[in-house]
Amino acid sequence: MVRALLAVIFFAGALAALAWLPTQFGAYGVGLLLGMTGYVTLASAWALFSGPTRYVSLATVAFFGIGAYTVAVLSETLPYPLILLVAAAVGLCVALVVGLATLRLAGVYFVIFTFGLAELIRQLVTWYEVNITGTLGRYIFLPISGEQIYWQLLALAAVTIGLGWWIGRSRIGLALKVIGDDEVVAAHVGINIARVKLALFAVSATIITLVGAIQAPRWTYVEPSIVFNPTISFLTLIMALLGGANRLWGPLLGAVPLFLLFEWLSANFPNHYSIILGLLFIAIVFVMPQGVLAMVERGWSRVGQRGRKAEPAGTEAAQ
Amino acid sequence: MPTTAIVSGLVLGGTYALIAMGLTLQYGISRIMNLAYGETIIFFAFAAFLLYSAFGINPIAGLVLLLPLAFAFGYLVYGVMMQPLVRRSARSGNLEVDSILATFGLLFVIQGVMLVFFGSNYTSYNYLNVGVNVLGATIAANRLLAFGLAVLIGGVLYLALTRTRWGTTIRAVAVAPQSAPLVGIDVNRTARFAFALGTMLAASGGVMISMYQTFTVSMGVIFTMKALVVVIMGGLGNLLGALVAGLLLGLVETFVATYIDPGLTLAATYLIFLSVLLWRPAGLFGKATR
Repeated sequence: MVRALLAVIFFAGALAALAWLPTQFGAYGVGLLLGMTGYVTLASAWALFSGPTRYVSLATVAFFGIGAYTVAVLSETLPYPLILLVAAAVGLCVALVVGLATLRLAGVYFVIFTFGLAELIRQLVTWYEVNITGTLGRYIFLPISGEQIYWQLLALAAVTIGLGWWIGRSRIGLALKVIGDDEVVAAHVGINIARVKLALFAVSATIITLVGAIQAPRWTYVEPSIVFNPTISFLTLIMALLGGANRLWGPLLGAVPLFLLFEWLSANFPNHYSIILGLLFIAIVFVMPQGVLAMVERGWSRVGQRGRKAEPAGTEAAQ
Repeated sequence: MPTTAIVSGLVLGGTYALIAMGLTLQYGISRIMNLAYGETIIFFAFAAFLLYSAFGINPIAGLVLLLPLAFAFGYLVYGVMMQPLVRRSARSGNLEVDSILATFGLLFVIQGVMLVFFGSNYTSYNYLNVGVNVLGATIAANRLLAFGLAVLIGGVLYLALTRTRWGTTIRAVAVAPQSAPLVGIDVNRTARFAFALGTMLAASGGVMISMYQTFTVSMGVIFTMKALVVVIMGGLGNLLGALVAGLLLGLVETFVATYIDPGLTLAATYLIFLSVLLWRPAGLFGKATR
């Protein structure tokens, strides 16, 4: 009980410190913090579903873009909080359609479907804009400062990680672990596989949509090719994998260093950016498919075992 | 004109069937879900463009030059990237996820290399761009040539797979990878060979596409998607299914582009994909496994 209380106090303190940070930096620092928090949220939300189920979702940017575009379309007609709600609702509906169609089948169908989803939605939005409204780009003039966006994202990140923590301890989390290990066993112990997967996919997709919606005012000018940029899906995936998609803090741990690295790369090697990214990603898949955290844990346990073996037999007998 | 739409749809479908055959070889036999497949297609489209515009080599001669190169490329990629994953999956059993992730990385590498060399502009060249009258419909000669090539390559492949001992080996691995070693088949070698063969088909598809269509570096995803839709429609690993489904997709796309709106072809592809998934997840010609 005391430990839980201490943990809560610690996280509240850390959050407060993070929320206070932007007052110490200039506009560039705030932008950096904002982008980083955005990716922490994206990676955590991605891992919420894909971590335990091992269903690789490549549709991050589809939902991200839906969020951003909803804000762009509605920014002049609705009050801001209502826009966020509408964006979340749209994201949820799309997630339910995609999930209902693909999650009952083998995982590979889901991956394939999500792989092309962003491209499909981008083309549909482009078609709609060109043929129905007659314009391609849209402007967003919302009186929201960088700090305010950062605070919103920070809150969303906290909620996402909190949700991950809660799911890990709840019945649905247990069900997910069983599904991830063996779907046949899961079905036999009476878990409704499709429903659990669908629920989690919907939650994860809604959070991703909200990240896109919250970040939209940063751009002022929005166009399908900007908000449906596949690199966003790719970055999210690589961050979550580096940290370890199965760990609560894994995505955060992967997102922070990689975001800084990508910022540096895109500033210094703009032309070779995606080659370096791709190679880095392949390296991660090869060297640590379970993520840094799992590797560190395994390393620790190996060190521990070696230490125990090295101890003289007498100590073991004494125990 | 319905005849025009039907003829040009079939011609387009020929290319789709060909590239889908390559993907179905890679997934059905090597068990690699290759997300960089479309990038390979575009890469060879650019190679054909380069050969034609810089050295004056026409695409047919280019095809002869590029196919061995594509085979070597596929052979190398499988040996360097996929084999370690296959070996690892013997323990962990998640080759599918690992191969998807690794080829997703490869997608960005190939795309990045192409961006450095060719830039992000739309590219095309003029080759045999004259109208030919087919059954009352006018079709560009380059499209017709592409269709002829697709029929030729697909036909040779089909005969090789069904009539030769070597083709039987490949089909044996597709049907029962666990039992194939019992009759003396080297599964690993066959898988590597099939992967390289699939890359070769992607390359021939790329050269054909470059003959009659404008293309950009970022278009690979669309071709991967179309090939995947055809493969799933025809049933995973089913060559004849891929052929019929490819022609069908070409027809549907052309009809949508002619009678509804050219901007909605991808949406039509997706709609087909969704309905196949909901209605017959094992493919139009596949047997239900559940």
